[in-house]
Amino acid sequence: MTAALALTGVRKRFGATEIVRGVDLEVRAGERHAIIGPNGAGKSVLFNLITARFAPTEGKIALNGGEITGRKPHEINRLGLSRSFQVTNLFHRMTVFENVRCAVLWSLGHGYAFWKFVDRLRDANERAREIVERVGLAERAASPAGILSYAEQRALEIGITIAGDAKVILLDEPTAGMSRTETEAAVALIRKVTEGRTLVIVEHDMSVVFGLADRISVLVYGQVIATGTPAEIRANAAVREAYLGSAAHA
Amino acid sequence: MTRSRLALWAVTLLVLVVAPLVFSKGFALSLLCQMGILVVFALSYNMLLGQTGLLSFGHAVYYGLGALFAIHVLNLNKVPTPFIPLVGGLAGLAFGLVFGYITTRRAGTTFAMITLGVGEMVAASSLMFPAFFGGEAGISGNRSQEPFFGLTFGPQIQVYYLIAAWLVICVVAMHALTRTPLGRMANAVRDNPERAQFVGYDPQRVRFLMVALSGFFAGVAGGLATLNYEIVSAESLSALTSGMVLLATFVGGVGFFAGPILGAIVITLMSTVLAGYTKAWPFYFGLLFLSTVLFVPGGLTGVVVLQKRLWDAGLLSRVAPVYVRMAVPGLVFVGGAVVAVEMAYRGVRLPGAWLGTFAAMAVGLLAARWLWRRESDRWAAALEALAGKAAP
Repeated sequence: MTAALALTGVRKRFGATEIVRGVDLEVRAGERHAIIGPNGAGKSVLFNLITARFAPTEGKIALNGGEITGRKPHEINRLGLSRSFQVTNLFHRMTVFENVRCAVLWSLGHGYAFWKFVDRLRDANERAREIVERVGLAERAASPAGILSYAEQRALEIGITIAGDAKVILLDEPTAGMSRTETEAAVALIRKVTEGRTLVIVEHDMSVVFGLADRISVLVYGQVIATGTPAEIRANAAVREAYLGSAAHA
Repeated sequence: MTRSRLALWAVTLLVLVVAPLVFSKGFALSLLCQMGILVVFALSYNMLLGQTGLLSFGHAVYYGLGALFAIHVLNLNKVPTPFIPLVGGLAGLAFGLVFGYITTRRAGTTFAMITLGVGEMVAASSLMFPAFFGGEAGISGNRSQEPFFGLTFGPQIQVYYLIAAWLVICVVAMHALTRTPLGRMANAVRDNPERAQFVGYDPQRVRFLMVALSGFFAGVAGGLATLNYEIVSAESLSALTSGMVLLATFVGGVGFFAGPILGAIVITLMSTVLAGYTKAWPFYFGLLFLSTVLFVPGGLTGVVVLQKRLWDAGLLSRVAPVYVRMAVPGLVFVGGAVVAVEMAYRGVRLPGAWLGTFAAMAVGLLAARWLWRRESDRWAAALEALAGKAAP
């Protein structure tokens, strides 16, 4: 079976510094795969390479077996990969409902149409309403995204990310800056909305990672030093040395 | 909501029909015609500035080229007069497709710079090809051709109703456009182009389509100008015209669909009625623009909408006394400023008059500041109460 996402020899240099130093990574279809690592390990850069926010200096990235290196972000999205951002990234002047509706339009084939009214697109409106409900924002549907609380904005971010029905979902630190309760709610939400899809998640919170992930890859200094089940990662000496140990001291 | 909106459309329509019967004098009628043209032009500009977040310094290119193609086609005597604006629109659309392809490769400052470049380029070519662009004298035409269902379009009143008809078509079409997938994605691209990419849209394509469509409506406005003035000169595609539509749109308010309508009406009144009283009208318009940018970024429509929201929330009676009290020193200051400007334009050199004027301005300003320190709390409290009601 082809991997949902496969990275081969991916490198990224910014000037003289190499942030990502030859990453090979395979994410299986349907699994929940976490990428962990100390600060500055290159996790977010790796996400940005996969989604073509940055172009890799070297290496290949394949989505469901098809190479996506060099494609534009919107093309990659259309191929079934969607992402959230570490810093909340919304259409802040539009309402919650409109944010989500914008995110479902392309996947429902409405494209750049200027000859039909959005309010009359039953499929788009129904799907948007359903997603707003699923992420628990039904009561805030008519509020501008810019005035939501932080946790609500993170929930909306997830809603937009899953709205287009992409089969591969990338979440960049979805619980960063949340309280314990908010984190638990967010994890439950992520578990629910990524059911039946492939999830790649970058996360600092170890309880989130070990509770959610089927497999974990550990990124240290731009290289994957280990990939395995949570149990295997816990038992891995190199990982303990490089990451978990130092995290325990911090 | 829908009913009040329907009523608004009905009243607008009624005003359009009745206005020339009330203001039937030649001057008032030509004023109404100018307003109608500028409304279409400014609304087309706001498709870029307000809806897509694109600051263009060269929008007159589409207006001017639309007007030029319209007058050349008019002079062929092949197309009935009522359809001449459509010719302008198609020309605007064609150039929108060409220039849009070039200008929308980048957004932000780069876009603004390229539109300035394209505008200058087109303006420069008007000097190189005087046969098409009309040179110094411009190109004249005659709008009354073969009668079209008994209408010659010679009398101004017939032209007025033709402009009004095109105005309604264009306003309805542009308003409808804001409610289509493309219109909404234009807002999305304005708010956050990167996010738009990650929901499957190419921001460049969205911008390109909006520039092309807005070129169409600007071209229609140009075609209407052709019929109204029966002359097109190179000025219609100059940076001056581009600047004028920018100012009108911004003063009216870019955040509202109706904003440019109000802006177009205000700037037309200033450039005609006010210009009849004082040569300094562009100076006042500049001051109005500056004050808008500095104090009310929502434009005049933003001010009106805020009052409406205060009224709806039952808060207007709380702030009305603030307005009244602030108006007194405010009027003294503004009055003093007007006197100063007029004296400057007329070259008044009486030291006593200048001293008195500056004294009045200073008193007004100081009184306003002193008063504002006492009143601002009440104002801020009302706004806070409004915000509290808006977000339950």
